[in-house]
Amino acid sequence: MSAAASEITVKSDAVKQMPVEQPHVALRGITCVFHSRGRSLHALGPVDLSLTKGEFFSVVGPSGCGKSTLLDILAGLNPPQTGTAQFEGKPIQGVPDGVGVVFQEDASFPWLNVHDNVAFGLRRAGVDPAEIKRRVDYAIGFMGLKDFAAAYPAQLSGGMRQRVCIARTLVLQPRLIMLDEPFGALDQQTRLIMGDELLRLWRETSATILLITHALDEAAMLSDRVGVMSTRPGTFIDIVETGWDRNRDSRVVSTPHFGDITARLWEKLRVEALKMMSTSETRSS
Amino acid sequence: MRRFGGTAIVILACIAIWQLLYLYVGDSALASPLQTVEKLSVLLRTGDFWIHVSETGRAFVLALLIAVLGGIALGVILGLGRLAGDVAEPILVTLYSIPKIVLYPLVLLCFGLGMSAKVAFGVMHGLIPITLFSMNAIRQMKPVYRRTSQVLRLTTLQTALTVIVPAILPEIISGVRLGFSLTLLGVLIGEMFASQRGLGFLLTSAINLGQIDTIMAIALLLTVFAIACNTLMMMFDRHLAHR
Repeated sequence: MSAAASEITVKSDAVKQMPVEQPHVALRGITCVFHSRGRSLHALGPVDLSLTKGEFFSVVGPSGCGKSTLLDILAGLNPPQTGTAQFEGKPIQGVPDGVGVVFQEDASFPWLNVHDNVAFGLRRAGVDPAEIKRRVDYAIGFMGLKDFAAAYPAQLSGGMRQRVCIARTLVLQPRLIMLDEPFGALDQQTRLIMGDELLRLWRETSATILLITHALDEAAMLSDRVGVMSTRPGTFIDIVETGWDRNRDSRVVSTPHFGDITARLWEKLRVEALKMMSTSETRSS
Repeated sequence: MRRFGGTAIVILACIAIWQLLYLYVGDSALASPLQTVEKLSVLLRTGDFWIHVSETGRAFVLALLIAVLGGIALGVILGLGRLAGDVAEPILVTLYSIPKIVLYPLVLLCFGLGMSAKVAFGVMHGLIPITLFSMNAIRQMKPVYRRTSQVLRLTTLQTALTVIVPAILPEIISGVRLGFSLTLLGVLIGEMFASQRGLGFLLTSAINLGQIDTIMAIALLLTVFAIACNTLMMMFDRHLAHR
């Protein structure tokens, strides 16, 4: 990435001029309140958000701000109390077709080898075996798992297992991929490499990506836009456009622009993180 | 090969201790290893003995089948419903701590003399441990597996058969290993009272007649059977752990 800072402004104009059709994902006035044992907890909102088709959007926020709740709402796992959530113009009720989710925890099935893990969703969906083979072979090759197709997850490192989970989502050809702190448990080098893989996947599939993360550098390096969330109840306090080239990779971390983005994100987030710490609550998001 | 060598040493040591114990307590309380094996080979060549073996075998297989399938089904249901599990667990644990032999007269009254009473008594022993193991396995299953099956839009049946059951299989096998020996115990105790056939009945009559070699031969047969089955299940368990 030798993209000089001067180029960036041009690129960001290009992003703005993308045809403004119906948003791929639209959230309006979403709030979420949890009730447990007589106490109610206002976890999220009101949140408004629209994602353009094919955009890479990241959400950063202090822990416990409702980032994962936001993902649950979009994935149809947890209906909001108020507001409307739409995917491709249709209200989200239950898990919508065309949405793939990668979780933070290792969700690979230890009783299946890599190949069968990747093929799992397609087999359950009753896809034609020839088609399954084609898509699984492609996804395994794409994620660099070719030599491990017969291995079981227990024999793989954490990064490789997360690749299996990504491949398992990839074969379903989702149009919206959501990732909930997918690299949270990995070491720094692996995280950067996995970031590159994710960018490659994004370019290849032209899916819309929503990445939830607590790592500012990850958000700054990967995204077209980064939404910064406040402490609970989480709302967007800033949305930062990065203006990166579509062909970016992890080497952008050495550019001054990367420093600028990270600094801006941290400036907003620092205040929230301090608030979070002073409430002395350490619930996970 | 080293593992088999170790096993052989343990078996030889057991036989040696048995022989020494026999020399110490004498003919009135024990049969020697050699006498026991001789008696067993005689028994195995008599047709009557096989009638008893098949009677016990049928009761045991039936009881084990009911205990395993019922235990897993109950465990899955209780494990999935959090409230149901919270309510059921202390009840099951308390029920299980009752010495079941005191209920055997009631079982006999309910099921009558014969096969069904033995089976019921075996199930009473085996069902609860298998239920508890399956229930706890589900409660301790990683929540992300269920979220994954939701996201992959699986039906409830698909989730149960292709995610939950394989995920908890290692724990279920541990439960079945425990349930196996307890069910066998239940069936044999059932046969020892108010029964005209089966290995348990043979044991009781041998006790009454003071046929120590017969008692020992039956004990040896059951021991070999139980160890063989347990070894098979352990091998399967190890196979699963390797994956």
